[in-house]
Amino acid sequence: MVGALVPHVAGSLWLIPALPLAGATITLFAGNRLGKWAGILATVLVFASFGVSLAVVLNLLTYPGESRLALQHLFDWISVGGFRVGADLRLDTLSATMILVITGIGALIHLYSVGYMAEDPRQGRFFAYMNLFVFFMLMLVLGANYLVLYLGWEGVGLCSYLLIGFWYTVPGNAEAAKKAFITTRIGDTLMLVGLALLVFKFGTLDFEVIFGTAGSMLTKDAATVIALLLFAGAIGKSAQLPLQVWLPDAMAGPTPVSALIHAATMVTAGVYLVVRSHVLFEISGVALTVVLVVGVVTALFAATCAIAQFDIKRVLAYSTISQLGYMFIAVGMRAYGVAMFFLVAHACYKALMFLGAGSVIHGMHDEQDMRQMGGLRRAMPWTFATFTIGGLAQAGVPPLAGFFAKDALLEVANHTGREVVFVLGTIAAFLTAFYIGRMICMTFLGRARSDAADHAHESQPVMLAPLVLLAIGVVVVGILQLSPDGAVTQALEPVVGATALGAGLSVPALIGMAVAVALLSLALAWWIYGSGRVDTVAFRERLEPMATAAQRGWYVDRAYDVVIVQPAKALARLTSDVFDALVIDGAVNGIGGLVKRSASEGKLLQTGFVRTYALVLFFGAVLVLGFIGVRG
Amino acid sequence: MPLDDVVFWVFAPIAIAAAVGMLVTRSVVYAALFLVVNFGCIAVMYLVLDAAFLFAVQIIVYAGAIMVLFLFVIMLLGVDRIDVRSERLWLQRPIAIVLAVGFVVEVATALRAGIGFATHAPEGFDLLQPAGNTQAVAEVLFRDYFFPFEATSILLIVAAIAAMVLAQRKVRAVTQAELGEELADGSEDEAEVEVAP
Amino acid sequence: MRTPIAYFLMLAGILFAMGTVGVLINRNALRIFMSVELQLNAVNLTLVSFARLHNDLGGQVLAFFSMVVAAAEVVVGLAIIVSIYRRRRTIDVDAAREMRW
Repeated sequence: MVGALVPHVAGSLWLIPALPLAGATITLFAGNRLGKWAGILATVLVFASFGVSLAVVLNLLTYPGESRLALQHLFDWISVGGFRVGADLRLDTLSATMILVITGIGALIHLYSVGYMAEDPRQGRFFAYMNLFVFFMLMLVLGANYLVLYLGWEGVGLCSYLLIGFWYTVPGNAEAAKKAFITTRIGDTLMLVGLALLVFKFGTLDFEVIFGTAGSMLTKDAATVIALLLFAGAIGKSAQLPLQVWLPDAMAGPTPVSALIHAATMVTAGVYLVVRSHVLFEISGVALTVVLVVGVVTALFAATCAIAQFDIKRVLAYSTISQLGYMFIAVGMRAYGVAMFFLVAHACYKALMFLGAGSVIHGMHDEQDMRQMGGLRRAMPWTFATFTIGGLAQAGVPPLAGFFAKDALLEVANHTGREVVFVLGTIAAFLTAFYIGRMICMTFLGRARSDAADHAHESQPVMLAPLVLLAIGVVVVGILQLSPDGAVTQALEPVVGATALGAGLSVPALIGMAVAVALLSLALAWWIYGSGRVDTVAFRERLEPMATAAQRGWYVDRAYDVVIVQPAKALARLTSDVFDALVIDGAVNGIGGLVKRSASEGKLLQTGFVRTYALVLFFGAVLVLGFIGVRG
Repeated sequence: MPLDDVVFWVFAPIAIAAAVGMLVTRSVVYAALFLVVNFGCIAVMYLVLDAAFLFAVQIIVYAGAIMVLFLFVIMLLGVDRIDVRSERLWLQRPIAIVLAVGFVVEVATALRAGIGFATHAPEGFDLLQPAGNTQAVAEVLFRDYFFPFEATSILLIVAAIAAMVLAQRKVRAVTQAELGEELADGSEDEAEVEVAP
Repeated sequence: MRTPIAYFLMLAGILFAMGTVGVLINRNALRIFMSVELQLNAVNLTLVSFARLHNDLGGQVLAFFSMVVAAAEVVVGLAIIVSIYRRRRTIDVDAAREMRW
């Protein structure tokens, strides 16, 4: 798979991450003085980066399939003994896909933020963090070795922390930021162990070397261990079970942050990592099964939680977790092309819905509870239209992008004999459509349920433009992959290999089933929430206590608190109050006290009488003489 | 009974008795005099040990010079009368005596283990000093120990100067102002300014 | 000479011990000084005895030097005592108690 270097492309790869990095640096130092120009500068730079990405990718595509590979060596990063790591960038079809998503959607979100954050006095800092995030994310996907990837990995974690806790003066936001960082840290540390094992086994972290020689260098068990460790990192970053707890709380950050980081890009880093490392996972076999199981369980789990949420952003958060689960299901079935297409489609419609939610929240004067909304389609028509397009895409309604992705996934499941996955995936699809419908109905349909909803207004054009563009994207992107063997999969084949498909239900039957499930679920949601014929409050009460449990994430947070957090805090208290105060301070103070006491006792020897000193002297002399005399 | 033995057994007890007397007596002057007696006895011991030169030097230097100096100072300072006997450190005396006894025992033990209580002085000492003890000592002193001899002479000069400096009454320059004060008093014809004692 | 040398040494030892007791017991600085002289003499006696025992005149020479230095020492020591007396009006060594806790 060693492709010829593509010189023209390779030379300009560095520009792609460099532009947002420059933006971050400038706005970091001059942000406050620039005011609103900080946002404009940041947005322009990301658009520029998108432009370069587009040019570079188009250039790459002019080459035949096997040789679509560009490498750029920036500088020698680490050179210790026989271990070398270069700051290398790699462009193949996989990273090409990612950079287009990152810069494209990132640019639109930056544009949206110019409007969304216009009132904020610290917006300079905001755009600095956003640009910095884009830089790190690009490094993550453009890295030609695991270390550059890890650099980006940690960097996006940092920026996520900074951005979630951006409004740090509000109590709870800093907690959410810490929770995100610490939870992903667990995954990151395991991933680092995985990297260390890779160094141990291969002596390098370079993708070409590792994936080229892994077949002969790794036993099945070694590959399993390494793959699972890497997957642990992915579980953390992509908020899968059991590390999903940080994502709903991360909604404390500004909505553009949720759109960019927690919908379109950072959380997809886990998927990218596994796809990139698929060679290791395939050698292992077991690891892929683990990925599949985690994906299925997470998709179902999160979908049940999404149904019961009242906060519009939390619905979207659990929805993201669930959709990421879908992506891992695809990966677990070795349908990498399907997974990547799902990633692209999801990035588009999830970002769209988040930005739309932001628009709603803006119009509702910072109210996020859907029970206070209602009837907003009249006051905010553009938001309503674009949001609905995104929602229907997620629900799997053709001809929008989400339909093709979901259908492709279920087709693979069916055609590779994985009946259980097929059934569970369909159930999850049903739940997905249901909560989407619920969300749209509660927010936009019916009558206004509060004053804020009554007085809602549409958002400014600078915020609406990205919504429209993303909506168009959602409609159009579907064309890229009309089946599991579509254009995206074919483009990725040099990187990820092909998927063998068997037989199963026929394609039209599957399409029919998928559409039926989606429409049925949407209709049910409309019946309960949109038609006004059902008393939603009573309906919910009938479902208690399950509804509250679902709303609270099935008490996973509580379980973690009891099993991990409280014992850790107790241990900390024990260490500080008992061990530190009594043992360590006791020892130190004890020594001090001992010295003091022995000094105050000992000083009494200095009586000041010369005769006493002389007596003691003589005593000593007699003693020594006696010693000598006795000894010989 | 050999003469040496007799002399020894007469003067040794006297020496010890004089030492005891020096310790016990209340008067400082008596203590000094007892010490003189002790020095004399020791001088006799030197004579018995065939050290005639030291016998003479002991009398001249110790008894004649050093003790005289002591008596001068005693009289000068007038401390012969004041001597409080009450002991504040009540453990001092018993322990000192115990330790002294222990010391003597140790010396005895060492002697027994070393040269033994029966060793006599060897005979050939006279051969060392054919022209007399003084001449022999002079030869050894000026030949083998010449440098220490010269150094000691410098030491003596230094000691003399040191004593002069230490015992001096401090004289400081009297300022005109003080002189003027005294004279302006009108009570005297000569100015007399008090300097530090 | 028929007397065993050890007797002279014992005498010296006894005198030295008594001199030490004098140093430790007395409070009058002059008496302490006199006791020190007693000690020095005892040591001189030891030196001369050993000179006789070993047929070596070096012992006598050393005793001679000891006497000379003792003389110088007495001169300086008495000068110090005089100067202390002038300052404090006493030569009681127990009075100089300043270097204590």
